[in-house]
Amino acid sequence: MNHSISILSPTAILGYGFPESSFEAGLARNPDAIAVDAGSTDPGPYYLGSGESFTNREAVKRDLTLMIKAGLERDIPVLIGTAGGSGARPHLQWCLEVIDEVLCDLNRSARVAEIASDQDQDSVINALHAGRISALGPAPHLTEDAITNSTYIVAQMGVEPVIEALEHGAQIVVTGRCYDPAVFAAVPIRAGLSEALSLHMGKILECAAIAAVPGSGSDCMLGVLDEGGFTLEALSPERQCTVTSVAAHTLYEKTDPRFLPGPGGVLDLTACHFEQLDERRVRVTGTQLQKSDRYTIKLEGAQPVGFRTISIAGIRAPDLIQQLDEVLLAVRGRVFTNFQSIDQAEVQLLFRVYGKDGVMGELEPCREQLPHEVGLVIEVVAKTQSLADTVCSFARSTLLHFGYPGRQSTAGNLAFPYSPSDISHGVVYEFSVYHLMTVDDPKSPFPIQIKVRGVSR
Amino acid sequence: MKLSDLATVIRSKNAGPFELTFDVLFATHDDFERVVRSEVLSAAKFAELFQISLSDVISVVEFEPALAIKVTIKRSRSSGAFGETDVYGAQQHAPLLSLEIPD
Repeated sequence: MNHSISILSPTAILGYGFPESSFEAGLARNPDAIAVDAGSTDPGPYYLGSGESFTNREAVKRDLTLMIKAGLERDIPVLIGTAGGSGARPHLQWCLEVIDEVLCDLNRSARVAEIASDQDQDSVINALHAGRISALGPAPHLTEDAITNSTYIVAQMGVEPVIEALEHGAQIVVTGRCYDPAVFAAVPIRAGLSEALSLHMGKILECAAIAAVPGSGSDCMLGVLDEGGFTLEALSPERQCTVTSVAAHTLYEKTDPRFLPGPGGVLDLTACHFEQLDERRVRVTGTQLQKSDRYTIKLEGAQPVGFRTISIAGIRAPDLIQQLDEVLLAVRGRVFTNFQSIDQAEVQLLFRVYGKDGVMGELEPCREQLPHEVGLVIEVVAKTQSLADTVCSFARSTLLHFGYPGRQSTAGNLAFPYSPSDISHGVVYEFSVYHLMTVDDPKSPFPIQIKVRGVSR
Repeated sequence: MKLSDLATVIRSKNAGPFELTFDVLFATHDDFERVVRSEVLSAAKFAELFQISLSDVISVVEFEPALAIKVTIKRSRSSGAFGETDVYGAQQHAPLLSLEIPD
């Protein structure tokens, strides 16, 4: 018998929304599961470091309400990967609270599996000393300090813990940090279909309709996998999957589109074939999986590096724009001369000049033209918020009244859009851990808890 | 002719927090081949354009199924670290637009 498994992917990130009409069109195809990716490292280190979600709670609740209602009505699992955006303990709890609310609003209960991905510092330190940790690409070598300074360290789980949660009859599976394709691939792999094809399909479905034309991160996509390959279909009539759009998506946010590493192996797309079935659908065949000798999982962590204060202003005076580099250098000197007691190692002061190289920094090749106006962000990162406030305030007032050579506009050098002009921005994080760790067992780092949540019957 | 006249997509984006990746996609096989042949997106040319060292160019991949050329470089700093200008890395592609492609 030639069996197939269909997975409905409503949106690229839980909380990014989707049209109900597309979702209904997907449900009409009788999918075997509804799966969504809820996370990314794209928004930067703050969210993992602080434990906050980068998605909006009300928007997440809206998406989950439609998904959970449909899942329970049709008795198909709903899978959520990388809850809360980064998948650490507080992110997972945040998402579970939203699920509880949704279940109560729907007056339903459900068997919910939560799969944690937090790795305690001691076990990561032990792995480091045992030589089981390696850097990923250009990331620096891991140190014990980076591990102990990280607020949370998560690992990306593969399909194995997700499949186990399904084995236990979970109706809703919510994971901590998860390899993006895993929540899409778990159901077809459990049904006995090809791991390679399931993961490749998951790789595309995790971004929902981004792989269609016109692409959208807020619209639904259906993937149908059988024994020979998988077929992708955008569920809004205004979008189409084309060979180019699907193949091009394979490039997205990856280093090399031919080899896509993940937990336990590398997807090999070198023999992959993309075929246009009709105007709207593309079929993919030939994906292979090179299993690794040792199972590796990706660790992610972020550490606090200080507190930030910024001040935003514009400059229109041509004579100042012309000698801005020298003026900013002089202001910097003035700041640190004024506060002799400040340890310069504890303070970082930066002037961002939009109109010059504010977007590209050192990569900016275009440096000849003088802009007619520039935007300026004075930024300070310091050991305490109060120190950052002090240095930013002084740099701002010094620059405002700085008497540069030939100055005609003697009333002030800066145009402030805001009062107050300075913004205390809070804790600053940076990525501290982005490494591979080999493990003996794909499941044991990811404990599963299953319980009935929602209204009690 | 400029690269922006030949390509349908020219974009940049993070590939993880430590890498920046550039995708150039074409509508036709001829356009793809022409730019591949021109070698304007070679590792050396890329390093020169962005004023980075050749060793910071991680890979150049010509991916024929998508009619795409992909170049990945080391980020100047990890995404969001002090001095960051573009957390998502989505606005670093502009210098590619005006690259001259020989006939």
